[in-house]
Amino acid sequence: MALLSKKDSRLILDPLADNNPITIQVLGICSALAITAQLKASIVMALSVMVVLAVGNVVISLLRNVIPGKIRIIAQLIIVAALVIIVDQVLKAFAYELSKQLSVFIGLIITNCIIMGRFEAFALANKPWRSFLDGIGNAAGYGLILIIVGFFRELLGSGTLLGFKVLGDPIAKTGLYAFGYENNGFMLLSPMALIVIGIIIWVQRSRNKTLIEE
Amino acid sequence: MEHVELFFKSIFIDNMIFATFLGMCSYLAVSKKVTTAVGLGAAVIFVLTVTVPINWLLDQYLLKDGALVWLGPEYADYNLGFLSFILFIATIATMVQLVEIVVEKFSPSLYNSLGIFLPLIAVNCAILGGSLFMQSRDIPTLGLALNYGFSSGIGWFLAILAIAAIREKIRYSNVPAPLRGLGITFIITGLMAIGFMSFGGMLTGGDEKKPAQETSAATIKTEQIQKENTEETATVVSVSEVSTLTKQ
Repeated sequence: MALLSKKDSRLILDPLADNNPITIQVLGICSALAITAQLKASIVMALSVMVVLAVGNVVISLLRNVIPGKIRIIAQLIIVAALVIIVDQVLKAFAYELSKQLSVFIGLIITNCIIMGRFEAFALANKPWRSFLDGIGNAAGYGLILIIVGFFRELLGSGTLLGFKVLGDPIAKTGLYAFGYENNGFMLLSPMALIVIGIIIWVQRSRNKTLIEE
Repeated sequence: MEHVELFFKSIFIDNMIFATFLGMCSYLAVSKKVTTAVGLGAAVIFVLTVTVPINWLLDQYLLKDGALVWLGPEYADYNLGFLSFILFIATIATMVQLVEIVVEKFSPSLYNSLGIFLPLIAVNCAILGGSLFMQSRDIPTLGLALNYGFSSGIGWFLAILAIAAIREKIRYSNVPAPLRGLGITFIITGLMAIGFMSFGGMLTGGDEKKPAQETSAATIKTEQIQKENTEETATVVSVSEVSTLTKQ
């Protein structure tokens, strides 16, 4: 991290663990949970949010002295909506199958609370470079949780990772399946995402007692 | 019949929170007390009922492939679909602002109870999600769109009311320290979502291909009974989950 001062690198590293947007700040759960049944979709979602949040943070930060306080929510929404349209069109052009699978959830990045939360809390009061780092850091913290959840749900639910059959073939009964292992189809259903996140919170807070509520 | 079917479908089977996880942020943040949960829930019903039909009109006469044909035959090839995000969110933000002004003027008491929640709603995923699902599911008429907005709002309201009641009770239970607050709420919501999944296939009789007309009043009645049962089970399940955790 020779490029970044100590203060700047904290902007990136803090949201990864002790100030994670999902498990600590409880932001941005809305559009995240339904798409984590597969690792690939989680990664694409994480990258899309990172692009939107980093660029959006810079734009808002540049405009922070121009936007009137009273209508800033609408101004912010329009900026995010424009960025999300770009991401959506790019996905439709280069990864059509995936964008069909993500359906409305790419559009819902607009109302992802992480984005509005970071705009309000950080970009409106800080310089563009720091806002950019903050955007990258928070989106990375969000993406990390998404990828962990996607990893476990795909591995336990369909026995694959990114589409590769890492546990063997369930029909030919090779690999683990030769010993009578079965996929847990339950992991593919959306409620399990909530329970997996609950467990992540449990693990994180048992390791760091200062995060425990009340 | 179509209306009744859509009504129950959007409340129970496609419940905003338990099936698609929309509006989770405010659902988790505002569900500590039943009274505030009721306030936010009412505001969500209201705004969804207003914005979904408006966005339906926009979609039908402006955004859809060939929607501009009413301007003249030379516009038949235009597809402004890529603009839908920005138009929908602009409509929602303006409507929320407008509703806030109107309510403040004509009903100060309602404004006082909804007041602080209205600005929150513009960025609630459930509202934009309602409009986007309305678009992607091709809801055919304005009446059905109105119905869809209203009933999804009710579904959201039911969900936040249930979790707020459970959270009020759970304060007296001995939850393991790291799970307290957020963690246990996630797990309870997961269990409730599993409970709500039992509604799936109820309207179609478990077979998507069967014609929708088969839904009779009897089915709906059973569904209501089932619903009560499942809600009870969901609560019982989450309570028993808590007690098992406590024993550890």
